[in-house]
Amino acid sequence: MSALDPNNGNDLSLNAADDQLNGAGSEEFVTAVIDGQLFGIPVLSVQDVLGPQTLANIPLAPPEVAGSLNLRGRIVTAIDLRKRLGMEPADREKSMSIVVDHHGELYSLLIDEVGEVLRVPLQDYERNPPTLDSRWRDVSQGIFRLEGRLLVILQVQRLLDIIKVAAAA
Amino acid sequence: MDDLLSEFLTETSESLATLDVELVKLEQDPNAPDLIDNIFRLVHTIKGTCGFLGLPRLEAVAHSAENVLGKVRDHELVVTPVAVSLILKSLDRIKDLLATLEATEAEPEGDDGDLITQLDAMALGEDVPGDIEAPVEPEAKPVERQLKAGEASEEELERAFRETEIEATEVVETPDPAPAAVQAKVEPPKVEVEPRAEKSGESSVASQSIRVSVDVLEDLMTMVSELVLTRNQLMQMVRGHADSEFKVPLQRLSHVTTELQEGVMKTRMQPIGNAWAKLPRIVRDLSHELGKKIDLQMLGADTELDRQVLELIKDPLTHMVRNSADHGLETPDERVAAGKTETGKVVLNAFHEGGHIIIQIKDDGRGINVDKLRAKMLTSGSATEAEIAEMTEQQIQMQIFAAGFSTADKVTAVSGRGVGMDVVRTNIEKIGGTIELDSEWGKGSSFTIKIPLTLAIVSALIVESCDDRFAIPQLSVVELVRASKESEHRIEMIKDTPVLRLRNRLLPLVYLGDCLKLADASEHELTEGAEVFVVVSQVGSYTFGIVVDRVFDTEEIVVKPVTPLLREIAMFSGNTILGDGSVIMILDPNGIAATTSDTKVGERADDGEELGHAVATSDTTTMLVFRAGSDEPKAVPLSLVARLEEIDVNTVEQANGQNLVQYRGKLMPLVKMDNGYDLRESGRQPILVFADGDHSMGLVVDEIVDIVESRLDIELTASEPGYLGSAVIEGKATNVVDVGHYLSDAFSDWFTSPDEAAFGEDDGRSLLLVDDSPFFRNMLTPLLEVAGYRVTVATNGDEALALREEGVAFDCIVSDIEMPGMNGFELAEQVKSDSRWQQTPIVALSSHVNPKDLERGRNVGFSDYVGKFDRDALLSTLSQTLAEKVDVA
Repeated sequence: MSALDPNNGNDLSLNAADDQLNGAGSEEFVTAVIDGQLFGIPVLSVQDVLGPQTLANIPLAPPEVAGSLNLRGRIVTAIDLRKRLGMEPADREKSMSIVVDHHGELYSLLIDEVGEVLRVPLQDYERNPPTLDSRWRDVSQGIFRLEGRLLVILQVQRLLDIIKVAAAA
Repeated sequence: MDDLLSEFLTETSESLATLDVELVKLEQDPNAPDLIDNIFRLVHTIKGTCGFLGLPRLEAVAHSAENVLGKVRDHELVVTPVAVSLILKSLDRIKDLLATLEATEAEPEGDDGDLITQLDAMALGEDVPGDIEAPVEPEAKPVERQLKAGEASEEELERAFRETEIEATEVVETPDPAPAAVQAKVEPPKVEVEPRAEKSGESSVASQSIRVSVDVLEDLMTMVSELVLTRNQLMQMVRGHADSEFKVPLQRLSHVTTELQEGVMKTRMQPIGNAWAKLPRIVRDLSHELGKKIDLQMLGADTELDRQVLELIKDPLTHMVRNSADHGLETPDERVAAGKTETGKVVLNAFHEGGHIIIQIKDDGRGINVDKLRAKMLTSGSATEAEIAEMTEQQIQMQIFAAGFSTADKVTAVSGRGVGMDVVRTNIEKIGGTIELDSEWGKGSSFTIKIPLTLAIVSALIVESCDDRFAIPQLSVVELVRASKESEHRIEMIKDTPVLRLRNRLLPLVYLGDCLKLADASEHELTEGAEVFVVVSQVGSYTFGIVVDRVFDTEEIVVKPVTPLLREIAMFSGNTILGDGSVIMILDPNGIAATTSDTKVGERADDGEELGHAVATSDTTTMLVFRAGSDEPKAVPLSLVARLEEIDVNTVEQANGQNLVQYRGKLMPLVKMDNGYDLRESGRQPILVFADGDHSMGLVVDEIVDIVESRLDIELTASEPGYLGSAVIEGKATNVVDVGHYLSDAFSDWFTSPDEAAFGEDDGRSLLLVDDSPFFRNMLTPLLEVAGYRVTVATNGDEALALREEGVAFDCIVSDIEMPGMNGFELAEQVKSDSRWQQTPIVALSSHVNPKDLERGRNVGFSDYVGKFDRDALLSTLSQTLAEKVDVA
């Protein structure tokens, strides 16, 4: 999988989304379900999809950081997306995860369930409604109107950038 | 061959190869600015390096070629085939010179006047005379060339080069000119006059080494690290099966992996001399600039260490050598006066020691003046006199590593700006190293740096706390101690602080579970038979124990940096994957020490922070909290208490209706807070002893609760005698005891000690006490009154000055320093600026005497400075001050 440059992948989708008025093209997302809601992550930024893993605890870490795991000799930091999005926590040991590369570091995003890879036409793109929960608005790049459900696009960059270690002591 | 030289040869051969190609391209496309820029830059570099290495022939040729190229670049010359040929010819000449240089390690003798004349003519836009002759044969008499302005003659350069070497290095061998000349005769330089340069034979040095991008090596290292991990993993799996068929092949794999690891490590290893290469030059320049004679000796330059580490210590080392030369060494006159040789010595020494590299930087200069440092610390306010008095010489010396610290009297271009040594220390600690300093005034200083060989793979101790495993780098582990309730090593508590007795010393302990917030402190009570382990760790000069539940074995781990999300956590220096495939965090003992102790590893972290700290504590008071009679806590300023004692109640005697006890050969009255409680029936009775000269008094208490540092705000003034009022201490309403009351209970003459009696006749001593705190006003007023002063009280500076306006005069003013609104300093300035009170002495009163304030106080006119709780000092100061005043009058 060519996910060597996830940021590029992000930009691409962002530009593409902005170009929606042209009505051309489509975009591919790996979909995931958290608490019934469908989320999409640009396919180019996804490295791997994992089943439930044993996570090593990281003391003093921010609450969103669920732990770390060994993925073929690389250390991956697990992010609890439920926590990140302000939802009720789930059993981390049973969660599936999507592994993304961000500035050369690997992160696994814990989700309830991985869906399919979806190609969606850019004309179905919509900006975030201004009334959206601010925690979601911070990390969502926009919404795609699918048949019967809405797909919230997650920006990996934003997901990870805002997590900070609270007073480390 | 000298490393510097071989590196130069390799590099220059490459540059020349590029130049050949580029020049040919330029000939075809004369107007490509990129090309000409690149060519110019390459030639310029060659010239520069030759100049640095002291190769005058090469430099002269390159210089002239550069001139021509410069004109071309500035469009003053057009690129013609003639011009290109000429440049190529000079490149060929350079190649020839290089070939000889490589063979003999010296430039061949000879002269390039012909070529240079042509190049110079070309640069001036003149016609170039026909074809160039082969260079003059070496044995031919060198033709003297007119020196251009700013150019040194060959002899000069040669001499400078030799001198620099003799003066500065012992490691670099002086090239022996004799065999060079012989060689040059045997092998006359080949001359190529072709317009297009042919590769005149690959340089053999260049072909022996290849240049590999650092990235490739890094990748290789990462792969090998992974391999090591996988090997460890396999070993762990096979360990469980005694006769596995994998055992033999695995052993071989393990062996090969180790070799491979060592091999790859070797590619990253570089002699430390590489980091030193620039030093002789720097020292030479410095010696000229500062007018000092400096002999730089470099020992163990071939000691190898990891490239990454080398890069990181390069700058700190340069800085330290510079410092030694600038600050450490004296001028020749000073040295002679001190009975030393004129030439100062700076010695760099590197060697391996148990998986580490030790680098020493020694000078035989003036050493570090500890007194000067002390004074500096005082004036900068980074420590109080009391703190300094407690510090060892070494601790004081370590102050030079504090930020913003410089003892240089003047700032030179070189050093003395007070930045640097802290950066040096930070950089060294960053790579897990330590730095120590040993200096003797007048004899010199010696810095010892200890750094790990490599950062990538370290040996670590695997421990467990609260079911999580962690790695502690072996480097900082001193020893392991097993502690349990029954064994001789038992964890004891002082209040909530765990300590361990270890060989007659108390070792402060830190529960790993606590620092990582994995457990509650209450869970540490050891059950019978249970045991814990204490990992005795050393960070700098600070030794402490980390308490863990279990200790596994040591493992070679590959340090991987933690994700940026976790960088802020000081406790971790990285993470790694263990042999069993699990991910664990690597602890940073530096971080643990820093977050758990106030004593910042022997020296203070940051002056700014320290000042802030001093300000914060300036209005806190250490209070002794105790219980007597009732349950509610009572408190008394600790500084008023002479001793805490326990007396046997059987020794209490009665006389005159008073309880007395023989104490230190005298009778000491025992006083109770009130009549609501009695002495204990039997056993030992705790008392607080207040003492003054010959008198002492014991205050009977039930229990001493704690000693706390607290802001003292008396919120409610007391209605009953014996109390000053109530204050919130440690979150509890606490009665603050008026010691004066009990003192006068015990001795009616307590406050009339002989000293003061001398002034008893003089009835006219009036005092103005300025203090915003009711506590102190309440405590001091009776005390001063009993001592025979007429006390007037003002709660702030304005009130005091209002009294002046009213025309009231005092014999002395006692003023607090920290007051809201006008502070003590400002008040003193006001007082001294007006004639009415100008002659009145002012005594400053402060709960926190810091040397900086002391000086400021004296400057604004305070006669003296007394600690708030120092009753004796206050009284004696007052008598003295008034006595002086009488003398003056």
